[in-house]
Amino acid sequence: MLETKKSLNKIVSDLTVPIKSHKGFIIWVAFLLAVMGLGFYAYSVQLREGLGATALTDYISWGLYISSFIFFVATALIGMLVSAVLGLTGIKWITPIARIAEMIAVGFAMWAGLIIVFDMGRPDRLLNVFLYARVQSPIFWDVTVVTTYIVISIILFLLPLIPDMVFLQKTMKDQPKWKQKIYKMLSFGWKGTPEQYKIIKRSIRLLSILIIPVALAIHTVTSWLFAMTPRIGWDSTIFGPYYVAGAFAAGAGALLIVMFFIRKSYNLQDYITDFHFDKIGKLLVLTLLVYLYFNINEYIVPGYKMKRGDDHHLFALFAGKNAILFWSVQIFGMILPILLLLWGKMRKPVPLLIISIAVVMGAFMKRYIITVPTLEHPQLPTANIPVDFMIYWPNWIEWSITSMAIAGAVLIVTILAKLFPVMPIWEIAHEEGISEEEMNNFEVE
Amino acid sequence: MRYGMAIDTRKCVGCADCVVACQTENNIPIGYTRDWIAELNEGTYPNLHLEIRSERCNHCENTPCVRTCPTGASHIILGGIVKVTHEECIGCGACIQSCPYDARYMHPDGYVDKCTFCDHRVANGQEPACVSVCPTHCMYFGDLDDPNSEVSKVVAANKIKTLAPEAGTKPQIFYLV
Repeated sequence: MLETKKSLNKIVSDLTVPIKSHKGFIIWVAFLLAVMGLGFYAYSVQLREGLGATALTDYISWGLYISSFIFFVATALIGMLVSAVLGLTGIKWITPIARIAEMIAVGFAMWAGLIIVFDMGRPDRLLNVFLYARVQSPIFWDVTVVTTYIVISIILFLLPLIPDMVFLQKTMKDQPKWKQKIYKMLSFGWKGTPEQYKIIKRSIRLLSILIIPVALAIHTVTSWLFAMTPRIGWDSTIFGPYYVAGAFAAGAGALLIVMFFIRKSYNLQDYITDFHFDKIGKLLVLTLLVYLYFNINEYIVPGYKMKRGDDHHLFALFAGKNAILFWSVQIFGMILPILLLLWGKMRKPVPLLIISIAVVMGAFMKRYIITVPTLEHPQLPTANIPVDFMIYWPNWIEWSITSMAIAGAVLIVTILAKLFPVMPIWEIAHEEGISEEEMNNFEVE
Repeated sequence: MRYGMAIDTRKCVGCADCVVACQTENNIPIGYTRDWIAELNEGTYPNLHLEIRSERCNHCENTPCVRTCPTGASHIILGGIVKVTHEECIGCGACIQSCPYDARYMHPDGYVDKCTFCDHRVANGQEPACVSVCPTHCMYFGDLDDPNSEVSKVVAANKIKTLAPEAGTKPQIFYLV
């Protein structure tokens, strides 16, 4: 918690100074843009030559793109968990990190939508999904809920920003014109009257309630893309909650990583304290435990029955072709982090960063383990097909485009964190006991 | 009217003439195919059994592929034939994943393609290309609703099986065993 009381001026300057300084910012953005440039070139090749330019084959026609799509949607769910679920339950300590979670949600949800387009054979016919829409199709549900989630996340990001814009207008007088214009536009004529405060608090609350079913829907529908097919390994009734639980774990990991770097580069040690890391670390261990429970369910039930087809699939995962990847994901991405995080000393920023990176990488590979091995084990026995039909490993085009998506999502988070204060100034001021009147009369010293 | 096929696994020699005929008739790009031959060995010595059969889309009555299609490009035409309108297909691959028979593939031009029972030939009273070239006459094509059609008689008179019955798709291709 924030032990010593801070003055409004200190809060405003602490949170707005990082917006003005550019140390390392250009290099970081240049790096991200370089990664994206390579991906852009790869996509131009793919557009010219079609999906044949990728390593996808006749049998394995969903690969790295679809698995990264699940990963992106999963990571985006943290916005809902932190700002809506924890926010509505009245937990005060989430105030400084809620906006960071919302930034991750916006960035990753947008690129999740794009990565689906990368996987389409005919992206030029994207509008057909709406022109010839069939409500019976899980793909249609997915497009609808992902779009809805992006829109609500953006609104939920912009709404708490409105009162902050007034502070920014006052402190950013020396900044370029376009920036000031953005701040003025996004303040939507905010005056700070008690009535406006009432409306904004009520609408944030309303949207926080609204986003919970939408967020649950987006990841459940993503899982249904798989579970609605009769395929071995996907034909499961717990896929929805299984995905959602995994999403919270991946998102909590991503949040910890972003928190760590924002705190370090923006010098916000007084705001994002070790206490916050400890709490989110506990959240991570809780979500991982729930995820472990679903993992046990997901493998022990078919493993006990060993229906025809399931046996090949499970053997490949446990002891066969996919075993190394499978066990590294389960051990380094889930079991080891759980054991380590139960230990209080491990819930300090630096160990948490390392554990979170393992969790997030594990989450990424876990999606691959869910998507690809199933396709390697078709329902009917195969014979007389070319050997390479059954072998899949993503080629440089897929890796580059996936890297572009990751860099793109990180770039959105970076730019949002650069353009706007990473924490809601007005809510922090509220917690410090600063009255609304004092905020309205704020002047730069 | 309900088009269906009966394939006699006891007569099939696995020559893959049906595969070549289909590729030629339907102008399939090199490296892809709408039908294929499966050779399956079962049992242990000396009780061995070799089954050879020609496989393709089963033109199911309960179609997971048509259900998951977001645009309606996958559809069922008169006679129960499952088809894909190439111009409406967005290439998302949902149907490919939901087919238990792996009967669909992504055409290099970005849309999904599959067996049509050669409906352009059937409309002219001809048999599908694969059936027409079979050297052992192990394939029968016709209307399953008409009890006097050759295919109905063959299905009624022999021991039959369908592929992946556990998927619950009610296939319209019957294998004589």
